Amino acid sequence: MNIKNIAQALEGLDAESREGFDFEYQIIPGDEEVLQISLQGREEIPVYLTETDTQLLCIAYLWDESEVDPAGKTEMVEMMLDMNIPMPLSSFSRIGDKYAVFGALSLNSSIEDIAHEIVTLSDNALDAIDVMSEFLR
Amino acid sequence: MSLLKKIFTAVRGGAREAGEAIVDANSIRILEQEIKDAEGHIAKAKQDLTSVMAKEMQANREIESLKKQIGEYEGYTMDALNKGDEALATEIAEKIASIEPELAMQEETKISFSAHADRLRDLVKKTERQLGEYKRQLTMVKTTDSVQKATSAISDNFTNSNSKMMSATESLERIKKKQRDFDDKLKAAEILDSENADTSLDAKMKQAGIGPKTSSANSVLDRIKAKKGA
Repeated sequence: MNIKNIAQALEGLDAESREGFDFEYQIIPGDEEVLQISLQGREEIPVYLTETDTQLLCIAYLWDESEVDPAGKTEMVEMMLDMNIPMPLSSFSRIGDKYAVFGALSLNSSIEDIAHEIVTLSDNALDAIDVMSEFLR
Repeated sequence: MSLLKKIFTAVRGGAREAGEAIVDANSIRILEQEIKDAEGHIAKAKQDLTSVMAKEMQANREIESLKKQIGEYEGYTMDALNKGDEALATEIAEKIASIEPELAMQEETKISFSAHADRLRDLVKKTERQLGEYKRQLTMVKTTDSVQKATSAISDNFTNSNSKMMSATESLERIKKKQRDFDDKLKAAEILDSENADTSLDAKMKQAGIGPKTSSANSVLDRIKAKKGA
């Protein structure tokens, strides 16, 4: 399933599988095609889906390095490590200077699993910003 | 140096700016070539293994047939001895003696084919393990590469769309505000609904002459007159 097929399949899902959220899709062209999924009411923090040879990666960007208060950075990073396992279906990461939460799925995942991952990731991203805002400027 | 270590070193070394490759394209090409070579080696070894195993089976069949022949001739030798024909028995025994070196040779051949087959099986197993390791490494590199490319595509898209880059806390605040607005609207709609229900009930009660009496000019006048009279 490529990115376009995934977008189409997500569009075909019922509201229950999307856990009550309306999704909006945009394909971002580039060396690596990315599907941007905006959850209704949460457009500011979209979920990005990209496909590699072996997995589907869902990523939500949190904040970049310039937003981090240097005084609390170590504590923030430690908290991310501590939270990695309790946080359902997602982990913290950093890509370049951007902190992110991501979930990796098998290429054989069902479309319902993908939808569930997207909504969970979005929930986790909002929770993470809420909980860790004390470390941000 | 392991690839994970290479990636680690590259990340630490600050090769993290958008567009800068974590692992250079050349390493990926080398790795891909190694995978192709390993796959070639496995295919070749498997082909060799098939032919060696076929030869091993052939040698086995040959051994069986020679052993059977020897057994038969031993029987004939016994028959000749029983009949007291020593000369014939000697002649048959000579025949057996001529077969035995061939049997020994075939057995040696079989052992050598078996050993060869074992070596090939071992080679296939080892190469397959190595192939798995190459593939795992390539996945790591390619994933790192994909994520980086995806991130830079997203950043470019953001810049091109002229959207104002919001901080995480600003974004969250806006999302929360939207949620609050939505909740407020929902609440307002509920209140409006219940108010509508109240007014319709009042109207029904009024029509039936039930409920609090509303004051009229006449009732006020009556009240004042009553006060005056007192």
